[in-house]
Formats: sequence, C-alpha cells, structure tokens
Amino acid sequence: MLALVLGFAFLYIPIVSLVVFSFNESRLVTVWGGFSTKWYGALLDNQQIIGAALLSLKIAAIAATAAVVLGTLTGMALARFGPFRGRTLLSGMATAPLVMPEVITGLSLLLLFVTLEQLIGWPEGRGMTTIILAHVTFAMAFVTVVVQSRLAQFDESLEEAAQDLGARPAKVFFLVTLPIIFPALLSGWLLAFTLSLDDLVIASFVAGPGSSTLPMVVFSKVRLGVSPDINALATILIVIVAIGVGVAGVVMSRQQKIRDRDAQMALAANQQMIDSLKKG
Amino acid sequence: MTGPGVVPLGQRINFWIEDGLGAIVRSPVGSRLRRWGLTGKALVASVPFFWLLLFFLIPFVIVLKISFSDSVIAMPPYQPLFGWASEKVLEIKLNFGNFAFLVEDNLYIKAYLNSIFVAAVSTLLCLLIGYPMAYAIARSNPATRNVLLLLVILPFWTSFLLRVYAWIGILKNNGLINNTLLSLGLIDQPIQMLQTDFAVYVGIVYSYLPFMILPLYANLEKMDLTLLEAAADLGCRPWQAFLKVTLPLSLPGIIAGCLLVFIPAVGEFVIPALLGDPGMLMIGKVLWTEFFNNRDWPVASAVAIALLLFLVIPIMFFQRAQDAESGGVHK
Repeated sequence: MLALVLGFAFLYIPIVSLVVFSFNESRLVTVWGGFSTKWYGALLDNQQIIGAALLSLKIAAIAATAAVVLGTLTGMALARFGPFRGRTLLSGMATAPLVMPEVITGLSLLLLFVTLEQLIGWPEGRGMTTIILAHVTFAMAFVTVVVQSRLAQFDESLEEAAQDLGARPAKVFFLVTLPIIFPALLSGWLLAFTLSLDDLVIASFVAGPGSSTLPMVVFSKVRLGVSPDINALATILIVIVAIGVGVAGVVMSRQQKIRDRDAQMALAANQQMIDSLKKG
Repeated sequence: MTGPGVVPLGQRINFWIEDGLGAIVRSPVGSRLRRWGLTGKALVASVPFFWLLLFFLIPFVIVLKISFSDSVIAMPPYQPLFGWASEKVLEIKLNFGNFAFLVEDNLYIKAYLNSIFVAAVSTLLCLLIGYPMAYAIARSNPATRNVLLLLVILPFWTSFLLRVYAWIGILKNNGLINNTLLSLGLIDQPIQMLQTDFAVYVGIVYSYLPFMILPLYANLEKMDLTLLEAAADLGCRPWQAFLKVTLPLSLPGIIAGCLLVFIPAVGEFVIPALLGDPGMLMIGKVLWTEFFNNRDWPVASAVAIALLLFLVIPIMFFQRAQDAESGGVHK
C-alpha cells in the first residue's frame, strides 16, 4: 500500500505543480506571488504557439486516422492469417518502432525523404507531409499492438460462425470483427493522436523551415528556462486529456456492459435449448 | 422510423460493401488478381508490409549507405557513394573514416558506455519502484484495480515534454524542493540538483515508469493464486513463496518491462538535454549535436548505425516476447 502511495505521489506531484504554478502571478515559476490567470491570456496572444498548436492538431488527426487503418490491417494479418510468407518480417517491422530510439527513427526517415526527393522529386521539401508520414509509421506500431491483443482475446469462433452462415470474409470483418474490436480502435486512435501531438525528436528531424510543431516551439522556449505560459499550456492539455480519457472510459465500459449482457443472454438461450433437447 | 420496406442505413451500407466487393471478386479483374496470388488476405497484409518496408526498413539501408560517405558542405551534406569515375567505370567510394573516427575519438565510446550505464541503472530503479506498485495493483480488488490502472496510464497521455519540463521547476536552485528545504531550515544553501546526473535519472525513471508497471501488472494479474496457497500448505512463508513462486513466474513481465524501458532510454535525447549537465555525454545527444549543430550527416549516421548494432539483439528479444504475448500464430 505504501508503495502505491509513494509511487503515485512521484507520478502526480510534477503534474500538480505544473497546474498550480500556471495560476501564479509571479514570473518566477516556483515562487508563489498570488493567484492570476494572466499567463493564459499571454498564451492565447502568442501567435507562434497558437499556430504551432493548430499545425500539430492537424498532423495528429491525419496521422492517427491513417495509423489506425494501417495498424488494424497489420493486427488482422498477425492475429488471424496464420503463418504466411513474410509474417516474421512484418511482425518485426511492426513491433520494433515501439522501442526504437527516436533519434534513430528521425534520422533514418529524414535521410529517406532526402533520397526520395533526389530520385523521384517527392516529397517536395520537408514540412507537414513528411511529419505526417513519419508519425503514421511509428504510431501504427502502437495501434497494431492494441488491435492484435484485442483480437487475441476474443473468440475466433464468432467469425467462423458468421463464415459458416455464408458471409464473405469482408462482410465478416465489417459486421462481426469491427464492432468487437471497435474499443481497441478508439483507444488506438487516441494513443496515436497523443503520440503524434507529443513527438519532438522525430518531428525535429523531418520538419522543414516554417513547419514547427507545438513540441518544437515548446522545446526551444523551455531550453531557455521555465516560463509560466508553458505551465498554462500544460494545464490546458491536461484538462483536455482528462476529459477525453474520462469520456472514452465511460463509452467503453458501457459497451462492455452491453456485450456482457448479450453474451449472457446467448448463453442462457443456449442452455435452454440444451435443456429442452435433453427433455425431448 | 423504420417502416416496411425501409432498410436501415447501416444495413444498406453493408449491402453496398458486400455487393461492391463481391462484384470485384467475381469480375475478370478479380480472377486476374487471384491468378497473381493477390487474394483479399494478401492485399490486407501487403499494404502495411510495403508501408513499413518503405518507411521503416529501407531508411536503415540509407542510413548505412550514408554512414560510409564523405561529408561535404552542400545540401544534402554528403558525397554520393556511387559515382562515374570515367565514362564507363562505376566507382564506389566506401569510406570507413566515419567509423574509424568513432573509435579513435574516445568521446563517442564514452558516450556509448555512459548511455548504456545510465539506461541500465534507470531500468533497475524503474523495476524496484514499479514491481511493488504493479504487485499491489494486481492484488487489489477489481473495482479499485481499474482506477489504479487508469492512474498509472493517465500521466502517459499527457505530454512527455511538459512532464519533463515540470521537473525543471521542482529541481532547480530556487525550485520546489530547495525552497521547501530552505524554509524548513534543513539546509542553508540550495542543493544543485538540476543539470546533474541525478536529475537525468529522476527524469528517465519518472517518464518510463508506466512502461515498466503495465507489462508487470499484465503478468501478475494472470497468475494463478492457488499456487501460493499450495506453497503455504507445503510450509512456505509468504516471502519464500514470493521468491520461489511469484518472482520466477513474473519473469516474462520483468523482461518485457525492462526492455521497454532500457532500449529507448539508451537513445534518450530530451531528458538529458533539459535536465542534465550540458557536458553530460549521452549518445542520443551526441547524434543530435552531430546532425543539427555540426551538420555532419555521415558521422550522425555512423553513430546511429553503431547504436542500432548494439540494440538489435535486445530489440529482437523484445519482438519475440511481444509476439508470444499477443497470441503469436494461431493454428
């Protein structure tokens, strides 16, 4: 119990201190000078930060959506297709980005983009497109893990039953598999979105002039020391995340309840049928 | 509002999908695709396969190539590896100089060794803090378990960069810790904590702790508790049962957690850049400096290749464990 209290204190004290000092009147972030919301105003007036935030949100939304599509395909292939040629390579390429140091991923993608531009003239220069391509690639690994473990959890016999009843594989996927793994896709999307929004190192390598993302702007500001408007920014992000995670949690637990009820009803009906067969 | 003859939209979309796909499968195009071995399954697997081939594997080949080329002041700042020496002679200029440079200048070797040491110590600290937490969560009752788990995951959803930034305010000379200690009269002068190795350890352990707790929890939660009862019946004391039963059984979780912390921590850049001493040698920082400050892409590539060679075995270990964990190949 003590371990939990100390551990959670360690995890949360920095976050709480970020929020508390965002309301500090004084510029010295850690000396309390009275309550004030002026840093929020300063933040909203900072065109550079607002522009970077909008760019980051756009990149994250596009990258997360593409990562969910590619990650779902990878998860399906790894969890459902049995052994096939290239499976080991696919599984290796899909899991390695989870642990690959970001400096290596960033450098290698930049060199790829430079080489491609020399060879075929695409992508033209570096900017939003190259950042999105890089983010899709490393975020899809996380989506793959989430989808794959969800697929491993649920019973394949549901899909087999649908197939036995004459549904084509594509129909089975859209009517049976997709609804069941939907919570995994939702959390995968949120995860990919957060990872993209948060990435500094990879984006720094593949960004071009004029495409500074929010973490890049924050990093260059923070390197010079603490500044209270960054605390205000952190507080806003924390509130958004807390709301997002809360809503996602409620949606998922509700869906889980509906699924559990359906499964129980199906089991009960099954039992009734067996009983009546035994009697008859 | 579903009257007779009105098909709900969801169902209609399903019909469209089915009809559309069916038409493609039955069409001459479909049979030609099948003849090439392009079934639906192959298509599904090949899209991410080629994506990862292009954006994950080929880039490493390019890094390898550029690590052998000469640095020049140009854009891009390296010499091509292949050149036409005369009209018909293809010349390949392999330059091992960048690697020789890494070995000769002991700055790089020191940076590698230091990164590995820092990552190993941080991993151990994560394990020592994370194991008791994962254990307590796995053994708590199911209702609180979900809340505790959410509390572990929640910091991970908030910006990593900003959470590292929070430690600057806590550790600096007029920061939270020093101010508290000074006002309590425990110290007369602030203790230098920011820009020390200590701050880097705190930053890494803090940022990577959830990565340690989650696989440990997943493992401990699955454990069959009757094994502990059996051990108790056979006369084991609780701590003996822990050492002889729980700990060995949780080894896969320990390995997964340690790899998840250790591998990225070796190449960590942000934490030493923000919290560490400017002179602290970490290989991620060296690579960053070579690339952004010195604009020496070939040396940066050589640094990356050397780091990758060191990490390839732990990464393969991790991949194996990950695949086994998520069900592996279904029969």
